[in-house]
Amino acid sequence: MNGNNYSVFSNMWYFLKEGFRGVFVHGFMSFAAITVIAACLLVTTTFLLVAYNIDMQIDDLQSSNEIVVYIDESLSREQAQALRSSIIALDNVEDAIFVTREEFFDNFLDGLGEDTYVLEELRQDNPMRDSFRVIMDDVSLHAETLKALTELQGIADSNSDVELSERLVQLRSVVNTVSLTLLVLLGIVSLFVISNTVKLALHARAEEIGIMKIVGATNSFIRAPFVVEGIILGVAASVFVFAAQWLVYNYLGTQLSGGLPILTMVPFEVFRYKLALILLSAGVLLGMSGSIVTIKRYMKV
Amino acid sequence: MINFQEVCKTYENGVRALKNVSFSVADGEFVFIVGPSGSGKSTLVKLLCAELTPTSGSVTVGEFDVGSLPRRHVPYLRREIGVVFQDFRLIADKTVYENVAFVMRVVGVPPRTIRKRVPYVLELVGIDHKADRYPDELSGGEQQRVAVARALVNNPDVILADEPTGNLDPMRSLELMTLLSEINARGTTVIVVTHAHEIVNAFKKRVITLEDGCVVSDRRGGYFGTGRIKHERE
Repeated sequence: MNGNNYSVFSNMWYFLKEGFRGVFVHGFMSFAAITVIAACLLVTTTFLLVAYNIDMQIDDLQSSNEIVVYIDESLSREQAQALRSSIIALDNVEDAIFVTREEFFDNFLDGLGEDTYVLEELRQDNPMRDSFRVIMDDVSLHAETLKALTELQGIADSNSDVELSERLVQLRSVVNTVSLTLLVLLGIVSLFVISNTVKLALHARAEEIGIMKIVGATNSFIRAPFVVEGIILGVAASVFVFAAQWLVYNYLGTQLSGGLPILTMVPFEVFRYKLALILLSAGVLLGMSGSIVTIKRYMKV
Repeated sequence: MINFQEVCKTYENGVRALKNVSFSVADGEFVFIVGPSGSGKSTLVKLLCAELTPTSGSVTVGEFDVGSLPRRHVPYLRREIGVVFQDFRLIADKTVYENVAFVMRVVGVPPRTIRKRVPYVLELVGIDHKADRYPDELSGGEQQRVAVARALVNNPDVILADEPTGNLDPMRSLELMTLLSEINARGTTVIVVTHAHEIVNAFKKRVITLEDGCVVSDRRGGYFGTGRIKHERE
C-alpha cells in the first residue's frame, strides 16, 4: 500500500516534469500557443465582463423597491401631501414618504459632493418639485405599480428607469449572443493551437513513446505528460489574462467614474475569485481537451 | 508458455503472411526462429507483442490470448515480454542508466526498487562501467547489451530478440548470443528471430524454420530448411 502511494506520487512528479519539459523544449511554439489562447480568452472574458456589468445594472434598476414620483407644481403643498392617502391605497404600495422640494434640493447638493456653493444661488429659484418616495411590497410588480401611480391625478412624473432597463435588457441579449459566438469560435481556435503544439511534442518524442509502448506502459501513463503539457499552456494563458483583465478593468473603472456616473462598473474585487475560477477552468478544460483529442488522433496504441 | 495454434495472418492488402502456423515454446526454452525475408518472421514477432491480432487461430502468451485481448490489457501482456531490436532503439538523450531505469518507471516500479535493480542488471550484461554514458558514445555491441538490460530489467518471462545481431560484427554477435543463453540458463524463455546461419549453427538449440508463411521444420540443431533458403542470404 505504501509502495503504491509512493509510486502514484512519483508518477505525478514525473508527469509534471515531463509536461514542463515539453513546454520549454518547444519554447517558441509554446509561447505562440499561450499568446493565441490568451488573446482568445481575453476577448471572451471582456465580453463576459461587459455582459456581467449590464446584468448588474439591470438587477440594480429592477431590484430597487423605491419609486420617486414628482408632484405637479400646480398643486399646493397641502394638496400634494393629501395625495399620500390615495398613493397608500394603491396595490403593492407599502409606504409613501413626502419629500419637500427644499429637502430634495439639499439631498441633490449633498449628492454632488464638494464645491456646490456655486449652486446655492439656485436655492431661491428651486427647480425641484415636491415628491413622494413610494416603497413597494413586491419589486417584480414594478411596472404595474408605476403605471397605477402615474395615472393618479397630480402626479407629474417619476424617476423610474423602466425604459433604460428595457434598453439594457436588449443590449444584454446582443452582448450575450456576441459572447456566445466568440466563445465558440475562439474556443475552437484555442483548441486548434493547443492541438498543434501537442502534435509537435508527440512527434518529437515518437521514439520514446514507441519504447514505452513496447515495454508495457499503459496508455494513460504515456498520455499523461502530453495532457499536462496542454494544461500548462491553458493555465499559463489564463493566468496572463487574469492579470491583464485586472489592470485594464481597474484602469477603465477609474477613467469612467471620472466621467458621468450613469453606468457604474462593478468593482473588480467583487468578482475576482469568480473570474479567476472561470479562467482557470477554461484554461484547464481547453488544454486538456486539446491534447486528449490530438493524442487520440495521432497516437495509435 | 507460448502457443501458436493454426495461426493465419492475412493483411488488408491480401498478403498472406502466416499460413496455418502451429508450435509451442515451453517456459525456460531457448528457440531460434529463422527464415528468409518475407517468410513471416516479423508478423510472428508482432503477433507475440499484440501489435497485430491473428486472422484465424490463436496466439497465447502465458495467460494472455492475443486474439481476444482487450486493448487496455495489451500493456500487461507486453510486460511479460522483453524485446530486443536490431537497431537497439535506445533513447539518445538519456544515459545508459536512465534508458534502463526509464522502462521500470513507466510500469510504475517504486524509485527505491529501481535504484537497486538497474545497477544489478547493468552488471549482469557487463555494461555497468558505462552507466553514465550516452548511447552514441557506445559501440554497437555495448548498445545492444544496454538493450538487453532494458529488456531484462522488468523481469519478463520471455526475452524476444528480433534480429539482435543484425548490426553487429561476428565477434560481438557471438558474445551477445552467449549473454542471451546465460540469461536463458537463469530460467527466462528466450526467442531469437534471426537469419544469421553461423550463430544458429553454433548454438545447437531448437530451431523453427519459417518459409513463405509456413513452418517448414522444427528441430534441434543447426539451420535447417530447404536448400533454397541457404542461397538466399543477404
